[in-house]
Amino acid sequence: MKDFIIPDDRDLGTPASHSDITVTLTVDGIPVSVPAGTSVMRAAAIAGITVPKLCATDHLTAFGSCRLCVVQIDGMRGTPASCTTPVAEGMVVHTQTDEVAQIRRGVMELYISDHPLDCLTCAANGDCELQDMAGAVGLREVRYEPGKNHFQRRENGELNPEWRAKDHSNPYFTFDPAKCIVCSRCVRACEEVQGTFALTIDGRGFDSRVSAGLASDSFLSSDCVSCGACVQVCPTATLIENTVIEIGTPERIVKTTCAYCGVGCSFDAHMRGETVVKMVPSKDGKANRGHSCVKGRFAWGYATHAERILNPMIREDYRDPWRVVSWEEAIRFAADRLRATQEKHGRDSVGVITSSRCTNEETYLVQKLARAVFGNNNTDTCARVCHSPTGYGLKTAFGTSAGTHDFDSVEETDLALVIGANPTEGHPVFGSRLRRRLREGAGLIVIDPRHIDLLDTAHRNDAIHLPLLPGTNVAVLTAMAHVIAAEGLFDEAFIRERCDWDEFLEYRDFLLDPRHSPEEVERQSNVPADLIRQAARAYAAAPRASIYYGLGVTEHSQGSTTVMAIANLAMMTGNIGKPGTGVNPLRGQNNVQGSCDMGSFPHEFPGYRHVTDIETRKLYEQVWGVPLSDEPGLRIPNMFDAATQGRFKGLYCQGEDVLQSDPDTSHVQSALASLDILIVHDLFLNETSNYAHVFLPGSSFLEKDGTFTNAERRINMVRKAMSPKNGHADWEITVMLANALDAGWDYSHPSEIMDEIALTTPSFAGVSYDLLDREQSVQWPCNAKAPLGTPVMHIEGFVRGKGKFINTEYVPSEERTGGRFPLLLTTGRTLTQYNVGAQTRRTDNTVWHPEDVLEIHPHDAEQRGIREGDYVRVASRAGDTTIRAKITERVAPGVVYTTFHHPTTQANVVTTDNSDWATNCPEFKVTAVQVSPSNGPSEWQEQYRSHSELSRRILPAAE
Amino acid sequence: MQSPANAPHPPNTPKVAALDGEGLERLQAIIARHAGTEGPLLPILHDVQAEWGMIPEAAQPIIGNALGMTRAEVYGVVSFYHDFREVPAGRHVLRLCRAEACQSMGADVLADQVRVALGLDWHETTADGRLTLEPVFCLGLCACGPAAQMDDRLVGRATAQRVVALAEEAR
Repeated sequence: MKDFIIPDDRDLGTPASHSDITVTLTVDGIPVSVPAGTSVMRAAAIAGITVPKLCATDHLTAFGSCRLCVVQIDGMRGTPASCTTPVAEGMVVHTQTDEVAQIRRGVMELYISDHPLDCLTCAANGDCELQDMAGAVGLREVRYEPGKNHFQRRENGELNPEWRAKDHSNPYFTFDPAKCIVCSRCVRACEEVQGTFALTIDGRGFDSRVSAGLASDSFLSSDCVSCGACVQVCPTATLIENTVIEIGTPERIVKTTCAYCGVGCSFDAHMRGETVVKMVPSKDGKANRGHSCVKGRFAWGYATHAERILNPMIREDYRDPWRVVSWEEAIRFAADRLRATQEKHGRDSVGVITSSRCTNEETYLVQKLARAVFGNNNTDTCARVCHSPTGYGLKTAFGTSAGTHDFDSVEETDLALVIGANPTEGHPVFGSRLRRRLREGAGLIVIDPRHIDLLDTAHRNDAIHLPLLPGTNVAVLTAMAHVIAAEGLFDEAFIRERCDWDEFLEYRDFLLDPRHSPEEVERQSNVPADLIRQAARAYAAAPRASIYYGLGVTEHSQGSTTVMAIANLAMMTGNIGKPGTGVNPLRGQNNVQGSCDMGSFPHEFPGYRHVTDIETRKLYEQVWGVPLSDEPGLRIPNMFDAATQGRFKGLYCQGEDVLQSDPDTSHVQSALASLDILIVHDLFLNETSNYAHVFLPGSSFLEKDGTFTNAERRINMVRKAMSPKNGHADWEITVMLANALDAGWDYSHPSEIMDEIALTTPSFAGVSYDLLDREQSVQWPCNAKAPLGTPVMHIEGFVRGKGKFINTEYVPSEERTGGRFPLLLTTGRTLTQYNVGAQTRRTDNTVWHPEDVLEIHPHDAEQRGIREGDYVRVASRAGDTTIRAKITERVAPGVVYTTFHHPTTQANVVTTDNSDWATNCPEFKVTAVQVSPSNGPSEWQEQYRSHSELSRRILPAAE
Repeated sequence: MQSPANAPHPPNTPKVAALDGEGLERLQAIIARHAGTEGPLLPILHDVQAEWGMIPEAAQPIIGNALGMTRAEVYGVVSFYHDFREVPAGRHVLRLCRAEACQSMGADVLADQVRVALGLDWHETTADGRLTLEPVFCLGLCACGPAAQMDDRLVGRATAQRVVALAEEAR
């Protein structure tokens, strides 16, 4: 671990041991007490003594190969390696004796005899553990004559057969075998931390080298997912970030939080001046524990991409070219138009859409803008299109709209039930943590129409895959509950104590109806009855079973019912309230949880309190000093409907590309085109901005202070690493807009916004920037009862009192296959791209995913005469688009699958406006389609492309 | 934007052409024979080598997949053992011990003589494909060095004459 900058972030050499027994030993005369099972090396480090090491790092279990960490221990023969020797009571350790000093120098001499001495021009100069260790052991000469080696390209004019060229195939890092000391850290990190097993040691002895995949593979062609774990642990310049090669070593570190998915990984931004040199996951990050994925680790180049817009722009009509103007002019124009629109079409004719990518503070301000300045509750967020059913379902069942456990809890689970989620692609760091647990022997049940990568986890234990038809989640989960009820596998004691027993009996009667039997459900879902039974028994039998779910649960017309069915399963088996269990939604975006918490929804103030709640409204009226509406406002789909009907005319849309991410693109298009004022506040001219009148350039997560709340309710600090390239942080821009509408806001720092949130929101009452700086992060509820936050919820009892069982009747989606549309299309995400791709498409991640493809089963492809790589037309009742086909057995016959990262293919042109019965969350996951061979882009794509080009013209600045 | 048509090589895909047809069937039959046994990787690799005379690179991802391992792990094992071959050996294999005990008994001189006599360097095979010469590190015959091995037959106190005669016999 390259730990040269932060001294308190020392590498202790081996991972922590978890034991209740404490052992006391003496290291170099210093007594130290550590948990049993700790290595001598770690104990020494805790005592403040550094033992030289090369192959050991506290990211990885000890390996004992470098022999540099040898010590002498009284009563033990020889010189044991301190990394692999566990401590014992009364042990007396000597880390510096003449004998070990001589051994270490001898070992170092051998290492250096096969290592180039180009330290001064090496990219790792100053950040090289080999260099440090040579100094630490006092190596003064290398007695070996130059001979057979791996590092000289030419020897006596001849090409050295042992030399290998650098591997530049990965766009983000370089592998230089000449500098490798074969410590195996990279191989072990790939296995233990990431769980991909892409690397190995080729050969043995002097011939040993690190190899990605087979002999013929490069890093790019291997299984490598570019998570960066190998680069992070490499002690030399063998595996090193290309940015470090280009820029040099960083000079300072800013601790911040990744702005991609809902895992919310903590990162150290290594900076040189105002330039990011590299992003390295923080070892003390409580969500990621020192791990990262390709997006957070490497795909941050979009923040300085040439296409980023840095100046405000306005235009009279969305068909005009953009005019670059001053901030004052843009804000004035926006404010005047908003005011004029409200005067002409009424107070309720304008609204806002908050972003799940912006900070809590920014989101809070945007919803406050709607409620306090516009005077209505027309605020909604993209959570509408992803996890709104989670909020509704879990609040109904448990009393809180959030996941129950922290990510650490996965380390204690005995069985993970994964429904409608693809963690290794969508939430990769959590995926790696889950994989580690699966290798330790935990069971796995996957309920998903696709064969997801998690099922291919190397060295996993038993797994059951229920490949259901899209849209039948409720039926399958209810059938599982039927089996648990029928076979008496439920946890009666838990239900009697924590839930209402009579209510459960009612639910049981509902379940035992033969229409919920696995045999009946097999006919609807295509899942063999026997598999449903196996899954139900395995889930009920596991001592600690956990459920992790994603958008494959929520983005359905029965999304809320499925969430309730999940809650029922957990409650009836007592899998709530203790580590290793729980119901855990995997949030799509970095701050979906936060944007929901911050009152983005039209019917709820921050903290999920209804707008009709008089107490809450009074509180906000008092704090904000204005009267507030008690009428719930418009949800996103209602905004679009009202717009097409001419009742909704103005929208402020922050950090959200509704045109690409919302269903039924043509409908959204006509809604946006009908607005009098559309303000888009974003980093890039996104698809929505094609219809905008005002473009306010946004700031990236590297350019502002604030907080994100991840899927485990963890409030993480986002810290400013560089000044905003657009001139203002996003919260300042919202304040300017509000003040142009005479709001009189006077925030001088986001911490003041957080103070206002804490003042008005009971579950955030204890949160402040001081606390976050001290604790790094806290999980809400954080208040007088839980001053340091709440990692696991519902331990003693449910927040709502008794857990609530709700009958989960399966009401099939209106979207059905038939003669014209015989296939079911479902959508998802891929590892290297993120959401609408606005960020990741502007990075080298396109190497892995240059375009969206349609996965189709060989049988369906053959019937239609479709070959691998052909352009195909995908048509639904809503529209059609063309896309390239990928033939794979990952999808079942009758099901096709695609991602929605690229605007040119626009999967959402075909998705319909069906939505969840309770929350209007769109049914992205089920669309009946037909697929046929095609020659090229659809008519819609052609039209869209030309409009998009036209609407992105920017007039040259007036001289 | 790259399209698959002009991309150099798709990421996360082995560069070696996938095994198919009859070769795949033979491999799957071998894997099936060892299904459910404990530690099946080495037995499978031995059978593959018996079938092909080598471990085809294209077989490694398929073996890994069947055993819940990755192709890198299989390759790590294959490359660790010198007896697993990248190319098939000749019909007969002559091994000369090069370890310390034999070296002290003149193994280096013996090796030079044999290499000249056979016209083969280490790891080379005669043009007719009948004989491969290989170094080996210890045959466990240290008391009677220098040692050699002709196919399965061990030779103690080897001389150039005797070893070359055995080799010629085999050819």
